[in-house]
Amino acid sequence: MSDFLTVSVLLATLASGIRLATPFLLAALGETIGQRSGVLNLGVEGVMLLGAYGAYYATLRTDSVLLGIVVGLVVGGVMGIVYGVVTLALKAEQGISGIGIFIFGLGLSDLLFQKQVGTPTPIDGLGDVAIPLLGDLPWVGEVLFHQNVLVYAAFLLVPAMWFVIHRTPFGLDVRAVGETPEAADSLGVSVERTRYITIFVGNAFAGLAGAALALELGIFQQNLTNGHGFIAIALVYFGAWRPAGVMAGSLVFGLVSATVLQWKTLGIVVGTTASIVGMFPAVLTILVLVLVSRRTGQPSALTRPFERGH
Amino acid sequence: MGWRGWLVGMLAFALVMAACAEEEDAGRSADDPIRIAMVGPSASNDLAFTQSMVDSLDRLGQDYNIEVDITDGTFVIEDAAVAIRGYAEDGFDIVLAHGSQFGGSLSEIAPDFPDTVFAWGTSRDTFGLTNVYSYSVQSDEGGFINGTIAAHMTESKTIGVVGPIEVGDIKLYIDGFVAGVRSVDPSITVNVNYIDSFSDVALAAEAAQAHVEAGADVMTGVSQMVVGATGVAREHGVLWFGSQTDQVPLGEEIVVASQIYRWDYQLSQIVEDLLNDAVSGRVITATFSNGGLTMAYNPGLPLADDVQAAADAVEAGLKDGSLSTGVE
Repeated sequence: MSDFLTVSVLLATLASGIRLATPFLLAALGETIGQRSGVLNLGVEGVMLLGAYGAYYATLRTDSVLLGIVVGLVVGGVMGIVYGVVTLALKAEQGISGIGIFIFGLGLSDLLFQKQVGTPTPIDGLGDVAIPLLGDLPWVGEVLFHQNVLVYAAFLLVPAMWFVIHRTPFGLDVRAVGETPEAADSLGVSVERTRYITIFVGNAFAGLAGAALALELGIFQQNLTNGHGFIAIALVYFGAWRPAGVMAGSLVFGLVSATVLQWKTLGIVVGTTASIVGMFPAVLTILVLVLVSRRTGQPSALTRPFERGH
Repeated sequence: MGWRGWLVGMLAFALVMAACAEEEDAGRSADDPIRIAMVGPSASNDLAFTQSMVDSLDRLGQDYNIEVDITDGTFVIEDAAVAIRGYAEDGFDIVLAHGSQFGGSLSEIAPDFPDTVFAWGTSRDTFGLTNVYSYSVQSDEGGFINGTIAAHMTESKTIGVVGPIEVGDIKLYIDGFVAGVRSVDPSITVNVNYIDSFSDVALAAEAAQAHVEAGADVMTGVSQMVVGATGVAREHGVLWFGSQTDQVPLGEEIVVASQIYRWDYQLSQIVEDLLNDAVSGRVITATFSNGGLTMAYNPGLPLADDVQAAADAVEAGLKDGSLSTGVE
């Protein structure tokens, strides 16, 4: 354990935890605003896969990481429109249609990858960007301010999302629509328009989360996200539908995963013990979910379709 | 049409059906291709376990008249079970359940299709059924060769290993790799990290990053998730050793050597058994001595003469039995 408790290893673990947390954070923030407006999207994983593939393929073909990021966002947004039409216009049950979006994303991303790329081909992904002055700070500078742009973007989106939800008229509409859509409607708020916007933004974030994963790794392969989207949904509950809570949950998940990896690397845990310790992140998430669900109520209208007059 | 007409019609129909049945009973003619179906857990081009079988089927097709159908990406075992049963129902001659996780399903399906040959791996269990073959690899041998080379090439005297789950040929390879390193220089630190996932690319990347932070200048890894680890290796100029397929496409500038699984060694024996009506169900293991395992070296990253000589000596020793990896 003494090997682990050195400054360099602790800082490396912290940096690793932040990198691991970033895709979860982006996807979970998107899901948060959607759920605050009453829409559950279980298709986050599928949208992440499509965003990841779109970003990877665009970067592979053009060598432009920036274009890759834009494509990830756009793909996510388009999937948001599709999901909005399915759940809002066609009134499909949210849980089932979300699973449909997941399966669609899983299949289409793999099909496109097989047809357009084939063998996993590395790309030059996102490089680290040092923030002037802050990056030179002892210890924390290396960990916090030598990250890629999507890491910075993800963490800056937390206060931005909080501000939008809690300090803007649109955020008020979102919260009203998510709690009592009938009352919001009676006050002239368009429930459908509000939900279309949150679904669009939420899915764009999911696409960006997929892009963050593919561009950080510099590769794509079948089922690249490997359950990240589902964990992101759990982290929304973990964070009690609050951006800061979601960030805390993402960081805890990322840091615990990074710590377990370090312990394994340093031989602090081996064999069966390592496998048991490897379950810590999931066990911790379940424990917190149980505790949070007792304390905090979800948006009252979550998963409830809105029909005027009903 | 009167009742006589119906009767004649039905008799004619019965005769045609009987003729067809007779033709089926006659079995496959010599000109008919052998129909082989493969169910794989990951993508056909994963540069790892599934691709090793796809490549092997390609090689098998050079020697035999075969028709191949592949269902890949069946990481959900229930999906694989449906595909395995479907292929058997469709009359394929040989059905490959390519993944040790498919054993439970296969043990239930195979007894229902006694005329179909099944093969699965990596495993050494045929469930006592005469129509089930199992295949395995002595992957510690290639691990030992890779480890020997790695020990000669590391300057930091720290080597990292990124493994998925500590089972089967994966564990054999990694244990063999560690033994190979130790055989050259016991003082070298080998950090082994099993991430408990075959497919979590992000976790594999972070495990590799942890190895780099710990000072590793050489790494190895197995399974389809290594694409994450090789990305980190490329970024930091860390040398990489592969297994299962030739992993040079993952980094021409870092991949030194790879152990290649040549499943066609086992497949050709199964096909011969089928053609000679000698299907018996048995375990077939690939080794360097029987040609089921080979090494592939990156021509763009040639080894120093003494290192290549050391690797060749180990391979020769494994082939003639004068050398053992010591891994059990």
